[in-house]
Amino acid sequence: MTEPRHRLMGYVREEIMPHRFCAGCGCGTVLNVFVNAVDELAMDPTRMVCVSGIGCSAWIPSPYFRSDTLHTTHGRPIAYATGVKIMRPDLNVVVIAGDGDIAGIGGNHLIHAARRNIDLSVLMVNNMIYGMTGGQVAPTTPLGVKTSTTPHRNIEPPFKVAEVVAAAGASYVARWTTYHVFQLKKAMQRAMTKKGFSFIEIVSQCPENYGRRIGLKTGAELLRKIKEQSVRVKKAQEMSEEELQHKIVVGELCDLDRPEFVTQLHEVTKEQVESFSLENAS
Amino acid sequence: MIDKSRIQYLEQLWSRTHFLLGDEACAYGAIYAGCDFFAGYPITPASEVAELLAAELPKAGGLCVQMEDELASIGAIIGASWTGARVMTATSGPGFSLMQENIGYAIMTETPCVIVDVQRSGPSTGQATKPAQGDVMQARWGTHGDHEIMAFAPSSAQECFDLMFDCFDLADIYRTPVIMLMDGEIGHIRESVTMLEPSTVKRASRKKAEPGEDLFGGPELVPGVMHYGEGASIHVTGSTHLPNGMRDVTTPRVHDELVRRLYRKIDENREKIIRVETDISTGGNARIGVISYGATARPAYGAVKAARAEGRDVDFLRLITVWPFAREQVTDFARNLDFILVPEMNLGQISREIQRFADCEVISVSKIGGVPHSIDEIYQAIMEAMR
Ligand SMILES: Cc1ncc(C[n+]2csc(CCOP(=O)(O)OP(=O)(O)O)c2C)c(N)n1
Repeated sequence: MTEPRHRLMGYVREEIMPHRFCAGCGCGTVLNVFVNAVDELAMDPTRMVCVSGIGCSAWIPSPYFRSDTLHTTHGRPIAYATGVKIMRPDLNVVVIAGDGDIAGIGGNHLIHAARRNIDLSVLMVNNMIYGMTGGQVAPTTPLGVKTSTTPHRNIEPPFKVAEVVAAAGASYVARWTTYHVFQLKKAMQRAMTKKGFSFIEIVSQCPENYGRRIGLKTGAELLRKIKEQSVRVKKAQEMSEEELQHKIVVGELCDLDRPEFVTQLHEVTKEQVESFSLENAS
Repeated sequence: MIDKSRIQYLEQLWSRTHFLLGDEACAYGAIYAGCDFFAGYPITPASEVAELLAAELPKAGGLCVQMEDELASIGAIIGASWTGARVMTATSGPGFSLMQENIGYAIMTETPCVIVDVQRSGPSTGQATKPAQGDVMQARWGTHGDHEIMAFAPSSAQECFDLMFDCFDLADIYRTPVIMLMDGEIGHIRESVTMLEPSTVKRASRKKAEPGEDLFGGPELVPGVMHYGEGASIHVTGSTHLPNGMRDVTTPRVHDELVRRLYRKIDENREKIIRVETDISTGGNARIGVISYGATARPAYGAVKAARAEGRDVDFLRLITVWPFAREQVTDFARNLDFILVPEMNLGQISREIQRFADCEVISVSKIGGVPHSIDEIYQAIMEAMR
């Protein structure tokens, strides 16, 4: 008897399975939720371009998701995606990469893409560590954690990436975790259908390179901790900074209608073509 | 893309007389050549390329963006290239340095794009606005790993215009980044430029792959291509990949075959790519030659003519294509010579390359400091060598 085929297998590049994520890694969950989100929206993957950077999380679309894919240099997926979107506003351009990629080395592109409010959906998988390179400190690593490059303890406060992106001018910003799969799916759907810059910070588990450094050896243990740390945006508003120290604030941070960049760029260009054509009509 | 708005734009452009900066001529050349998308970041002496394109390209229906830095600029054009667009960016040394990793990406992924580097004095901020030719080797070897590259060095505003056609065509034909290696002197020279009647312009295009065909390998040195939105689920990666685009970073043969093919597709087409200009002295007895390129070729040629006016036979060769290196042409040129002088605005970057292929003595006439060679300086160097 042949094994039953998963009903969503068509969305992934089946020919290169099995995947290479470690046991208990959150990347598989993100891929699963993403595929479900796309399927429920009845979105046509041939009308999508998935852009990713370098890191384990970047592997979620490249190579696994079956669409046009652009696996860029480390930190640059948003810049590359900007060019794709400008030339093909009709395609749905989604960026998926890690926190090191998006908020560390690529942080400048993130802030400016949010400021432009370009119609991209960015899914940043925040596993609080540099996973692929073996567990070095990330801009998102919590205070006090011992990593391979902060062997004594991390003294840098973690980056509140979602808050920064909201402040920079994005249309839609949310933070969820790999525990909140249903909320995450809805957020992805909102992000992919919302015009303007959409950003989801997905707090995820890396048992191999993060969990074991804080004494949580399995994905399940780490996921449980993430769940326990999560507080809703609303509730967080009533909490002090001290109380929020080791919390993960989940929910929507903003959902606004702001002028979108690519639409305006094409408008300005069209105006130029038209006025040039008028001026030179003989 | 050459659509109605582009034709209309070019129609009114070409009939006028133009007195342009080299940078502006380069920008107009790009519009002529069908540039659809420009992304850049300001830097002297290249900013005029961006400024002219920002003002003019939209009139022709093209799109222009100033990005947050040069990494973003080259990233955006690489992304845009995968939609089938003709794309370019323009910068100077510091920005060119920032782009290097992504130039390697464009090489590895066979992404056509044009990168204009209007060279200025370095290293680092150096003399900021002053011209130099110090990026010749950066253009060749700036990105890591083995690769071949194409770079062109214009010597006049007219050539800034003309060479943009070659840059865009070669990028498409060979699916590779092409570098327009200008220098601050040529970028800021102002000269008259003649433009072509738009309907006479021929533009190359990318070879299209048949559906199902491999886009990153196969029997040809340059595989055919498909673009985003065509339903091909294209997998573009800077990692070592199989002909179908899927990653394989562990099989030595896969990497070997890929990187050698990327090298060979340029190296084996040298004859079609390389352009030089020679002026062999009429006496035919020259024992001395001068090789130069870019802005420096102008005083160099002036010095050659001055020497000839004194009755000296001096041969002259100007490199228009800097990379791939015109090794056969240089070997030929050197055949009956005792000396070759190489004036350039750096400490001898091309002169060392010439040494490898010329069977005669090679004398570097290098000059840095932001002031181009005078005719007299090169003339004196010729006389010195003849003594
Ligand atoms: C320019 C550059 N610097 C460094 C690296 C090495 N590198 C590869 S992945 C990575 C970190 C990835 O971390 P993150 O983006 O958080 O993804 P994760 O692997 O944790 O999912 C680094 C530093 C690189 N590939 N390129």
